[in-house]
Amino acid sequence: MEPILTINNLTKKFGYLTAVKDLSFTINKGNVYGILGPNGSGKSTTLGIVLNVVNKTEGNFHWFDGNTSTHDALKKVGAIIERPNFYPYMTATQNLKLVCKIKGVDYSKIDEKLEIVGLHERKDSKFRTYSLGMKQRLAIASALLNDPEILILDEPTNGLDPQGIHQIREIIKQIAAKGTTILLASHLLDEVEKVCSHVVVLRKGVKLYSGRVDEMISSHGFFELKSDNESELIQLLENHKSFGKINVKDNLVTAFLNEPMKSSNLNKFLFEKGIILTHLVQRKESLEEQFLQLTNNNQN
Amino acid sequence: MLRLLNLELQKLLLNRTSKILIFVSFILPFFVILLSSLKINVFGFFTLELGELGIFNFPIIWHLTTFFASQFKFFFAIVVVSMIGNEYSNKTIKQNLIDGLSKKEFILSKFYTIIFFSLVSTILISLISFCIGLYYSSYTEASIIFRETEFLMAYFIKLIAFFSLCLFFGMLVKRSAFALAFLFILYILEWIIFGLLAWKLDTGLAEKIQNFFPLKSMYKLIDQPFQRIAMTKFPDKADLIYDYGVHWHEFVIVIGWTALFIFLSYRLLKKRDL
Repeated sequence: MEPILTINNLTKKFGYLTAVKDLSFTINKGNVYGILGPNGSGKSTTLGIVLNVVNKTEGNFHWFDGNTSTHDALKKVGAIIERPNFYPYMTATQNLKLVCKIKGVDYSKIDEKLEIVGLHERKDSKFRTYSLGMKQRLAIASALLNDPEILILDEPTNGLDPQGIHQIREIIKQIAAKGTTILLASHLLDEVEKVCSHVVVLRKGVKLYSGRVDEMISSHGFFELKSDNESELIQLLENHKSFGKINVKDNLVTAFLNEPMKSSNLNKFLFEKGIILTHLVQRKESLEEQFLQLTNNNQN
Repeated sequence: MLRLLNLELQKLLLNRTSKILIFVSFILPFFVILLSSLKINVFGFFTLELGELGIFNFPIIWHLTTFFASQFKFFFAIVVVSMIGNEYSNKTIKQNLIDGLSKKEFILSKFYTIIFFSLVSTILISLISFCIGLYYSSYTEASIIFRETEFLMAYFIKLIAFFSLCLFFGMLVKRSAFALAFLFILYILEWIIFGLLAWKLDTGLAEKIQNFFPLKSMYKLIDQPFQRIAMTKFPDKADLIYDYGVHWHEFVIVIGWTALFIFLSYRLLKKRDL
């Protein structure tokens, strides 16, 4: 696989505070990556460093094959950080023209990209008259101007209303579908779960996990069960070697698996023991549950 | 280079406030000089015509116009300071860097703009001085006309140096109003240090040292012309004689400061986390 961004032992200290500690990971072409972490875990700092606006303390990183300088590499990258930053007194088109001049891109892309984010009718309005959602969409259009090899989004839906969040997500999905590599930093887990194939999990500047989303914790999932004969069901499950922890809440029995098991086999087994289920669901932990498990396990 | 200049010009010329300030800083000195060269009838009592005083004679006109025009540099200084302040308050400096502008290019685009406007200003001033001079001057031989045109060079360098200082203050404090306040503080500081030196040492030496200070050295490039005008009126008064010329060592000092300010601005930006 072709690497787009390689980070080696990156460390950033703000005075006594270590915002990023010995971080290493690689972004490869074609995948959609999420950087997950609670507020203040070093997500934005990491992105700031690779985007040339924050100075690193130690370690190194390089874009693509490592032969281009950072600012030249950034011309092939599209990035939005936290809040859309544009010149308030310029119109959308004028702002994008400025970005074209910086990136060395032809003006002809401007209309096309404004069309994608649905701002074409407002292209001659001044930036300061835009709503937050429109500003954020303009930022995406600006990041797409150079048809980037990688699109970096830092909290793209922060502060938006549900409609705005939905619009932004649809745009991201469209872009991902075209095969553009995306790096999405967020603390909104369902956002990452919906679009990302790979994640990097950070906590207090330390990497807890990096890899595929579905391999984040070694878990075989769990069953949610209901039966009229609850106590006997629990007893059977406790004595079964495939099950570990068993929780009961509001008549819902949750049994965690120690090894893989098919729901049909469980159903058959219980039926043979004379227990009739009224509810049977096999699930894997959601990203949120996995994330909390991962961050809690590493609490100390 | 053209790309960087073009970039900065777009930022400036689409902003109404800076457009007005740029306009004022160019047009105002132009008009003041033009008006002063006209014959003004003061309520029918007498006619005031400065041209009659011989101040629009070549080569003294070069000295006079550049000295007066440089008093208007403050308007463009506001533009320079706010072009940095705005980048910080809109956070567009961050976006520019993310979009692929290097920190060096960022400073250079500002510096090229400073050079560009200083050049335009110098050209305007030389054109108008030339025209007024041709109209009024008693001497119109080429050798006299082009004598002392080094004042134009001094004017150009003086503007670049002053705006570079503004650029540095803008980068240092990130806010336009504070940067202008710093400029004022520096001015006072230079006089306080001069006062202290004059008190502890002697005035002559203190003045020599003061000529190395940033603001004073820029001022020294074009000395005040009043005394010189007086000199032409009373050529026999020896105590009026002073050195009004433009000297190469004055250029060196001012260019040195300019280089330092630009370098420090770059260092500041490079070290800073945005």
